[in-house]
Amino acid sequence: MDVSIIILGVLALAAIGYALGRRRAMSLSAERGRKLHSLPGFYGQTVALITAVPALILLMLWLTLQHPIIDGRISGMITDASVPEGGAHSLVMADVRRIGDGLAVLREADAKAGADVDIKALDADNIRSRLAGAGIALGADVPAEVFEAAKAYRADIDFSQLLMTIAVLALAIGALPLAYIRIDPELRARNISESFVKAILMISSLVAIMTTVGIVGSLVVETYVFFTIYPAQDFFFSTVWNPQFRGGSDLGILPLLWGTFYVSLISLIIAVPIGLMIAVFLSEYAGPKTRSIVKPAIEMLAGIPTIVYGLFALVTVGPFLRDWLAQPLGLGSSSSSVLTAGLVMGVMIIPFVSSLSDDIINAVPQALRDGSYALGSTQSETIKQVVLPAALPGIVGAVLLAASRAIGETMIVVLGAGASAKLDLNPFEAMTTVTVKIVSQLTGDTEFASPETLVAFALGLTLFVITLLLNVIALYIVRKYREQYE
Amino acid sequence: MTDLTAFGAPAAKGQAKSLLSLDERTRKRNAAEARFRLLGKAAVAFGIIALVGLLASILSNGLSSFQQTYITIDVYLDPAKLDPSGTGDRAAIAKVSTFGYAPLIQKALGDAIAAKGLASEGLTPKAVGELISKDGPANLRNYVLADPSVIGKTVSFDLLAAGRIDGYYKGRVTMESAKLDRNVSPEQLVLADKLKEAGILVTKFNWSFFTSADASDTRPEAAGLGIAIIGSAYMMLIVLVLSLPIGVATSIYLEEFAPQNWFTDLIEVNIANLAAVPSIVFGILGLAVLINFVGLPQSAPIVGGLVLTLMTLPTIIIATRSALKAVPPSIRDAALGVGASKMQSIFHHVLPLAMPGILTGAIIGLARALGETAPLLLIGMVAFVKEFPAGPPDGFFQPASALPVQVYNWTQRGDPAFVERASGAIIVLLVFLILMNLVAIILRRRFERRW
Repeated sequence: MDVSIIILGVLALAAIGYALGRRRAMSLSAERGRKLHSLPGFYGQTVALITAVPALILLMLWLTLQHPIIDGRISGMITDASVPEGGAHSLVMADVRRIGDGLAVLREADAKAGADVDIKALDADNIRSRLAGAGIALGADVPAEVFEAAKAYRADIDFSQLLMTIAVLALAIGALPLAYIRIDPELRARNISESFVKAILMISSLVAIMTTVGIVGSLVVETYVFFTIYPAQDFFFSTVWNPQFRGGSDLGILPLLWGTFYVSLISLIIAVPIGLMIAVFLSEYAGPKTRSIVKPAIEMLAGIPTIVYGLFALVTVGPFLRDWLAQPLGLGSSSSSVLTAGLVMGVMIIPFVSSLSDDIINAVPQALRDGSYALGSTQSETIKQVVLPAALPGIVGAVLLAASRAIGETMIVVLGAGASAKLDLNPFEAMTTVTVKIVSQLTGDTEFASPETLVAFALGLTLFVITLLLNVIALYIVRKYREQYE
Repeated sequence: MTDLTAFGAPAAKGQAKSLLSLDERTRKRNAAEARFRLLGKAAVAFGIIALVGLLASILSNGLSSFQQTYITIDVYLDPAKLDPSGTGDRAAIAKVSTFGYAPLIQKALGDAIAAKGLASEGLTPKAVGELISKDGPANLRNYVLADPSVIGKTVSFDLLAAGRIDGYYKGRVTMESAKLDRNVSPEQLVLADKLKEAGILVTKFNWSFFTSADASDTRPEAAGLGIAIIGSAYMMLIVLVLSLPIGVATSIYLEEFAPQNWFTDLIEVNIANLAAVPSIVFGILGLAVLINFVGLPQSAPIVGGLVLTLMTLPTIIIATRSALKAVPPSIRDAALGVGASKMQSIFHHVLPLAMPGILTGAIIGLARALGETAPLLLIGMVAFVKEFPAGPPDGFFQPASALPVQVYNWTQRGDPAFVERASGAIIVLLVFLILMNLVAIILRRRFERRW
């Protein structure tokens, strides 16, 4: 049965439970002449929550776990004999899944046409044409063993779905009367219902932890797999990045790190002085009216999606730099370059620097400024010699945050910086970054056994660690500094 | 003052110094002041010029995608070609491929040119037919298959002009570039101009840009945003339905119930971390956990929606917590004072008062999620999708595209006509974003309260 129908069913049961529970509480209280402990609605809520919550949790767990468990079972059915030369076990599994899904489509199409087809009666010989007829194209010939595995896969999924429907609905149907008969005017229904709600609130807050566990877990596991087939020292210390489809790739991270570092550096060279000057101007010179116009305008730069900057780099900035700077100076002829991406990214992170610095400059106490004015300093001298030094740690924090933003940025470099991995100093050359390579290694047909794909996880882990460190340091500095004047 | 004249005099020998004229050092300091101020203004100007330049570049490249060149002709749906068996049977008609329809259009255009008395110098009938997009025959075929009884009649069609012809009227293709182009010749452009004068070729508003699916590399004129808009809408629906309740629940727990211990500290640190994780890492999470481990389908809005939900959560949690914090404790105390439980005081009193702030945060989070591209590339949303997904909830599991990914997709293609499409798609995206931000601003203004 469809998952959405199961959910609707459980919710319907919960609604029935609510009405029944409420009514029973009212009638019992009238019968026994006792006042209810809680409002009647709470008795309904108690029944509804006991009916729905465990059933829905079971459903979620089942949906998450059925796939890995079935995969594990089916994997065992495929012997090494049916894995083609140079192929991988996981590819065969992908075939199994595709055929398995195709069988379901086939069955549905047949059911629509009024025919009743027994999937078990199909065999490997006629499956190709049958699947093609249902709109599913198969690549190579299907070995009998793979087809058997696909049939088993289909059967397992069907069985699991059936079992899940029964289990979830049974849990809900079973819980309803259990909760119902416990209703009594003495029952502290409000406390029960509220502790349920509190538990739900607490479980929700675990999502953040689970996300982090998911990120770190998937990155570390796949990176470990990667390092079992590709030596770690080659990854970290090789200066050659040259992935090959047929294996024998050189996957050194250094050129990518260099590109990342170079692009980020250029963007910071642009964003830090400009962002800082904007912050100084807005907090020290601009009147309230100018500020109310300029500040939102600058912050708009942060709200624009990065793909827009990417297109801007690709269509406008790249060709402009090539035609007006690179070619006349004889430095290169590529429209995607480190400078293009850095320039555009610099514009993107200006508001990060300016907003954060603005806050920090505003936090410098007025007394410091007044003291400086009293000694006869001009406003700019006060800013340069008193305000900025006082705000320096906070500004450093802001710059670090901007740097981590620049390192993790993807779309601008994908569209602006190019894809050739090299260690070069010329800013008009196309180079590439860690994020670009994560995208290019993981898009297209992915097969999760080759080092060429798995390297993306190692790159992701590296990126995650670098940005995490920068963020932690930055937040530490910003927090520590902020406390000083309070 | 007398002291000043007495002691200050020796320095400036014989010079009468007025207090109103500035000395050299002061002038220098004042100049430095002016320079610094100018620097600030220049920085602000740079920021604003960059913003204006960015928007101007996108608008100038993309606005033309809302116009499209069409050729209007009467096509005779020849039964001899479309229904060779003469049975009128649908299956037999469906056997005629789009190639069978192309000659009809070619002939119809030739007839229209002849009827208007225009000359098509130096062009073969085939070259004349190429003025019309390759999308035309497919359109015609769909039209006939929808209602086979039209066979044998003459029907007037608005057919898309070929991409290069369309580009000619948008300034992308010129006579000079046509000479070097294998896809269009200057003679064809001359003929197109004649057709325009005769009123056969018209440029009008491009509705199909919003409704039709993406098209292949060779037919930029037919490419539309329909599936991308639906995919984005599905994902936003999932993000809203999941991230708002989870985010609000988390915030209520942390703000109102959570004790101060290592566990809640852990949650807080995690939320702060998640807000700073690069977006592409969320894409890796979606690929590794949701697609490979849980087995959700690739390219489906459900995966994109879940990934974007996880990305949006920190934004919503931070906004909700500050909205909850802004509700004064006296409200809680008053509720507790009349016998409400803690839970009742929060759900009946605090939460409704914090709602405008929460909604503002949610809309801003959604706007950010709508423009996010990188994680969607990794979960396969970049695939070429031709079929519209079904309605929810089934559509959540079927392949779809998304607005920003469609932009990326189009930038990766060779034909410059796709750059126009990409810029047009960005304009659509930006209009959505502006609308969402407007709603957020209005909400904030409308419900802003001072306690």
